[in-house]
Order: sequence, then C-alpha cells, then structure tokens
Amino acid sequence: MKVTVITFPGSNCDRDVQRAFLGLGASLIIGWHEDTKLEATDAVILPGGFSYGDYLRTGAMAARAHIMPEVKAFADRGGAVLGICNGFQILCEAGMLEGALLRNDSLSFICEDVKIDVEQADTKWTRGLAGKTLRLPIAHGDGNFYADEATLDRLEAEKRVVFRYEARNPNGSKRRIAGICNANRNVVGLMPHPERASDVLLGSTDGLQILGAILEGGAR
Amino acid sequence: MKFRVHVALKNGVHDPQGEAALRVLKRNGLEGFKDVRVGKVLDVEVDARTPAEAKALVEKASKELFCNTVIERFTVSAVDEA
Repeated sequence: MKVTVITFPGSNCDRDVQRAFLGLGASLIIGWHEDTKLEATDAVILPGGFSYGDYLRTGAMAARAHIMPEVKAFADRGGAVLGICNGFQILCEAGMLEGALLRNDSLSFICEDVKIDVEQADTKWTRGLAGKTLRLPIAHGDGNFYADEATLDRLEAEKRVVFRYEARNPNGSKRRIAGICNANRNVVGLMPHPERASDVLLGSTDGLQILGAILEGGAR
Repeated sequence: MKFRVHVALKNGVHDPQGEAALRVLKRNGLEGFKDVRVGKVLDVEVDARTPAEAKALVEKASKELFCNTVIERFTVSAVDEA
C-alpha cells in the first residue's frame, strides 16, 4: 500500500501524517507541490498547515499548484484522496469538494479536542466506522464550513456529510459539518486532525481508524 | 492598464469580521451604522492590446483566482492613470 503525502510551502502536518502511515505499515511517497507527475500510488493526502501563508484565502494558492491537476486526475480515476484541515480547504478551493471554509465565527484560532460522529461509512476513508464517534483535535482559524442552502440540502440528501461535530459547534459551520465527500465518495475532506490522534502518547488513537480505513481495504 | 478588483462576500454569507467591527462601532458610541462587511481590494496592472482585452483578462483572473465564487462576488473597474 503506497500513500503519497504532498508537501506545500507552509504545510506543517505532513511529517505527522507520514509517521502515522508508517506506523500503520504503509509505504510512503513524498510528494512536492511543484511536481507535475504523481508516482503510482494508492492514496493521496493533502496535509494540514498554512500553505502559502494562507495568502488570498486559505488553500487558494495550493489549489492552483503544479501538482493539483495530477491529484484531480487521480481522483477522477477513483483514487482515494484525503484532505486534512488546510488540505480540506485546498480541496474546496480546487473544486474537488463543494463549499468553502470561512473564518471561525468566534474569530479565534481554535485548538482543542472535539467529538465527531461518523455519519457515512461507505467512503474510502470511513470503511468500518459506521455509527462511531471519534475524539480528534481541531486546530484552525478558518474551519467554518459554508455552502448555500441548496448545496447543503443536496449534500445531506446524497449522504455526503461524512463527519459532524457531535453536539457543540466549535466554529460556526453550517449544520455542524466537520467533513464531506465528493459524489464518488473517494475524496474526503475534514477539519479535525486524525494524525494528531495516532498514538497513545498523543492522548487518542481514534485518528488511526480514519487513516487505517484505506489500508484495510487494500494490500499493505 | 490598471484595474481595481473589489472582492466582497456574497449576501447571506456570514462575516464575523464585519460583525465584530459593527459591535465595536456601537460600543464606542458611533451611531447610525446598520451593517459592516469586510472585503478585499486588489490593484492590478496588465499588458494587453486594448482596454477591453485587458479588462477581460482581469475578469478571468478574478474568476479563477482572486475570488472564490462559492462565497464571494467581484467587480472590476478601470483605474484612471492620469
């Protein structure tokens, strides 16, 4: 099982994700924003951070980086793509997921553990997680998920709200949405950080259930 | 040719920065303000054969990069260079 983790200038969770996948027995490919080709891979991760200093809008520059047409083509072929935090923002900016992430309604950067309900267990990244509640850290200034009401209704009707904040809405997200998937259910984005809950030393291993979902489905 | 691109949040998109500014105005006794919305201004300079061509380039750039049309709208206006 090969997992490609793409590093943009300003990514800061790339090594954490790499370490988590190594612990799960995956082999790693280090991707770079200026690459124009993806090596043969089973999954692509867009990690968290502050790519391009959040200039213009979070994820706006990274969504237009050289590597992104390759990531889109990989997703169009059904490849599994996961965007975590800034990676989720990048996927929205790239048009690979719907909606956008606005400034938190509190205007504060939030760094805390939250509980999220896994509402859909048929995506590439939530296999076997039906009905589970996971405890994961969030760490973001722009995690306030927004889409217009018609889009939100459609996302709900198509069962594409994958993760929802359990009770308390930390950032003002519409309908407490913490993560969604695309129509083909192979591209998933979420604001919480599974890689920051990937070791008992970090206080939780719940994140491994998301990162590991892809491994159980394919050859290690 | 120089243009000014004004990027604003669409109506209905929550703007916590604007709301915070409005609260501060009220707290400081500045009366009469009903709404504040925070936007962005980009001043750009382009080379093109005609003003219309230049404006079309700026509009394309606005759609593709300067503005996220999920949440924002934009207007492009020519800047008088005199």
